Amino acid sequence: MFILLAMPVVQIIIFGFALTNEVKNTAIAVWDQAGDPAAVSLIAEMEASRYFEIDKAVSSREELDKVFRLGKIKMALVLPARFGSDLGHFNKASVQLIADASDPNVANTLTGYAAAVIGDYQVRITQERRQPYTIKPEIKMLYNPELRGAYNFVPGVMAMVLLLVCTMMTAITIVRERETGTMEIMLVSPARPLRIIMAKAVPYFLLSVVNITSILLLSVYVLDVPIKGSLLLLLGESFLFTLVSLSLGLLISTRVASQQTALFISLVGLLLPTVMLSGFMFPIENMPLPLRTVSRVVPARWYYNIVRAVMIKGAGLATVWKETLILTGMLLFFMTVAIRSFKIRLA
Amino acid sequence: MGNGGVKLKRKMYAVSVNNIAKSYGAKKNVTPALHGISFDVKPGELFGLIGPDGAGKTTLFRILTTLLLPDKGTASVDGFDVVNAYKSIRRRVGYMPGRFSLYQDLTVKENLDFFATIFNTSIEKNYDLVKDIYAQIEPFSNRMAGKLSGGMKQKLALSCALIHRPSVLFLDEPTTGVDAVSRKEFWEMLKRLKAEGITILVSTPYMDEAGMCDRVALIQSGRLLEMDTPSAIIRDFSKKLLALKGPDMLTLLQAIRSHKDVADAYPFGEFHHVVLEQDDESGLLGYLQDNGIAFEAKMAVPDIEDCFIQLMKEER
Amino acid sequence: MREKVIIAEKLTKRFGDFTAVDAISFDVNKGEIFGFLGANGAGKTTAMRMLSGLSLPTSGNATVAGFDVYRENEKIKRNIGYMSQKFSLYEDLTVRENIRFYAGIYGKSSSFIRDKTTAVLQRLHLTGEADKLVKSLPLGWKQKLAFSVAIFHEPRLVFLDEPTGGVDPVTRREFWQLIYEAAAEGITVFVTTHYMDEAEYCDRVSIMVDGRIDALDSPSVLKQQFGARSMDDVFLKLARKAQRTAD
Repeated sequence: MFILLAMPVVQIIIFGFALTNEVKNTAIAVWDQAGDPAAVSLIAEMEASRYFEIDKAVSSREELDKVFRLGKIKMALVLPARFGSDLGHFNKASVQLIADASDPNVANTLTGYAAAVIGDYQVRITQERRQPYTIKPEIKMLYNPELRGAYNFVPGVMAMVLLLVCTMMTAITIVRERETGTMEIMLVSPARPLRIIMAKAVPYFLLSVVNITSILLLSVYVLDVPIKGSLLLLLGESFLFTLVSLSLGLLISTRVASQQTALFISLVGLLLPTVMLSGFMFPIENMPLPLRTVSRVVPARWYYNIVRAVMIKGAGLATVWKETLILTGMLLFFMTVAIRSFKIRLA
Repeated sequence: MGNGGVKLKRKMYAVSVNNIAKSYGAKKNVTPALHGISFDVKPGELFGLIGPDGAGKTTLFRILTTLLLPDKGTASVDGFDVVNAYKSIRRRVGYMPGRFSLYQDLTVKENLDFFATIFNTSIEKNYDLVKDIYAQIEPFSNRMAGKLSGGMKQKLALSCALIHRPSVLFLDEPTTGVDAVSRKEFWEMLKRLKAEGITILVSTPYMDEAGMCDRVALIQSGRLLEMDTPSAIIRDFSKKLLALKGPDMLTLLQAIRSHKDVADAYPFGEFHHVVLEQDDESGLLGYLQDNGIAFEAKMAVPDIEDCFIQLMKEER
Repeated sequence: MREKVIIAEKLTKRFGDFTAVDAISFDVNKGEIFGFLGANGAGKTTAMRMLSGLSLPTSGNATVAGFDVYRENEKIKRNIGYMSQKFSLYEDLTVRENIRFYAGIYGKSSSFIRDKTTAVLQRLHLTGEADKLVKSLPLGWKQKLAFSVAIFHEPRLVFLDEPTGGVDPVTRREFWQLIYEAAAEGITVFVTTHYMDEAEYCDRVSIMVDGRIDALDSPSVLKQQFGARSMDDVFLKLARKAQRTAD
């Protein structure tokens, strides 16, 4: 009852304040090839805006690619070597804005805000020096030049489907056995608890493998979302996430008494955070600290990062080792707790 | 009893229960289910645990099938301790829980196959044991278990519990919710299984099923009221029992109860059963006639239900 | 002639080409305790649904408490009570709240409810437990309370669906005494059960086999007629003839 009353309040607060697509203090990188006073003052202008925070100054193409793949920044500002002199001699210069378009909405918003900041700067120096200056931002959408939504939702859908199939179904089937009394007979039989658990989990694991394959086939051949990185790595990471979801399902099943509760916990406790806090719908950077902290324990957040990095950006294990390690840790933790709390008796 | 005594007892009996107690809940809300129960079942015996809902039958069965841990006391099944040697017990007992507990969305055949596999055996290996029972549902072997009638579900559940040829079979209220014809058939099946040498413990809330058992334990509120052969329990009913009926049963009952010779009186089917304080019924019958109450009277032979009622009232 | 509370004439219910209830005819008298027996699948439940106004017959006629089952099923519902082993009381409400709730459904006035609640609680020796949750009561007390609630609105007829399953023998006797008292007040009692010892308490019993009523009389006459020692034997002799497999 309390949950039913509290839910709308919580949701309104989360949606209204915490989860926004607005740009605020987004980390960007700067590659200043010019280093002249004009460049420095444009960078200062960017830094001064409340939208951006300069996280990294890079000095080579490779370095830029690397920070993008790591997902540390969402946009980069590149100032050409002749920025200051072009501006001085021709009253005209161009800068490059490179955005991580694996999330096209965010990329669009960011470049828009950045262009506006640059525009403001242009207006100001025009007024100050009483000469018409033009700074032209050239926008480059990295990874996803056509800005297609599929690049964003394929990884999100993968995380959601695996979670639904594995966690919810595993939890529900085991709890159902207990409700119908078949678990009672299974326990009295010589079948070992571990075997019972495995027998329950394996079909859903296989089902998930089929699901992953069909999602990937569809996204490559129908949606034209290429797999830039290693397919093997992507599959491996997906199996890892499947196992995490399975063990989470087992854990739920050992703790709840009825199918209804299992369903409720899977939906409210897992699906909602997965949709809202994995970064799939709302950028994690924009969330207030408490939500950002919560998002760290949402397995889908890490998996979503991995899929985006590997599939869209073509990153390798070297880039996603941290996420992989976190998922492995979660798997071990959930498995241990689930197996330990699986009761060999009824009470 | 010393340790040697306990061991000897374990060897002698198929099931040995010593002072088993169990409560549910924690701290403030403790509900006792069993208050130190003891009994033994001989190998090959058909033993009935008879008592109403909430008497503790299911709790006791769950302790014996290693599904629950007792709070106090010890118990062994087929010589194995229910706490320490639970794995050995799980290999050799058959258990049919009270509610229907087969896979509703598997067919009859698939259910049987499944349970055979779980017990590392095959249908063929022990087919002769379940043949009589399974043959009756075999025509429906491709039907989903969930779509069987009550009587057929019960036969399938029994087949599944027997497929590994258990040495001890626990049946928790197998006849609840099953019609009279199926109940009768069920007890006949149990008789045949007993002939195969399987020890059977069966619980039931229906007193009239006591007569089918070799020995019965009457259980009420977690305590054993009595344990013996059905005929010995009935023989122990020492007081004189009358059966009376009349056109107005309610008035008759109230009049009977108001007489001093009457120890107890209660409706019993078509009649009222009257337990007398003394052997002479003429005082009561004369009193009823004097009050103008029409009735017929005859001597009644007590049955298990009469015994249960008396034992319950003594307990209170 | 005694007043009839149920009159059924060739009452029939078909589901497709399956005849669940096959032209049954019988009467039940006012204040009678009428046992309605049959194996699983014999058609008991279907017949009872028609009589309680929950389902329309395919053909035949019946009046219940003087109302027609086709046209006046709302009136029937107001004049009957119902209790089953499975559904009876709200476990999370107190004894008093359960009574008030059910009496409220039947539109009884609050003064009627107040006075009668006191009487019922006294009769059941539950006065001290009136404000306890129903789930804290022992099963036997719940069953007795459920019956008292089912006849609280003073219906002309009460349907009991296997009322005493699993109850201890002493409580069961107390339960039957409540039924006798209700019958003495003129409430007709219609009991379905497949436990034959329950049948022995009834004034008359009918036994359904394959959708038809194969026997109807008092238990003693039936026992004589079938040369049987108990109602159990009578039932077995009849039910063994059944063609229909119960499902």
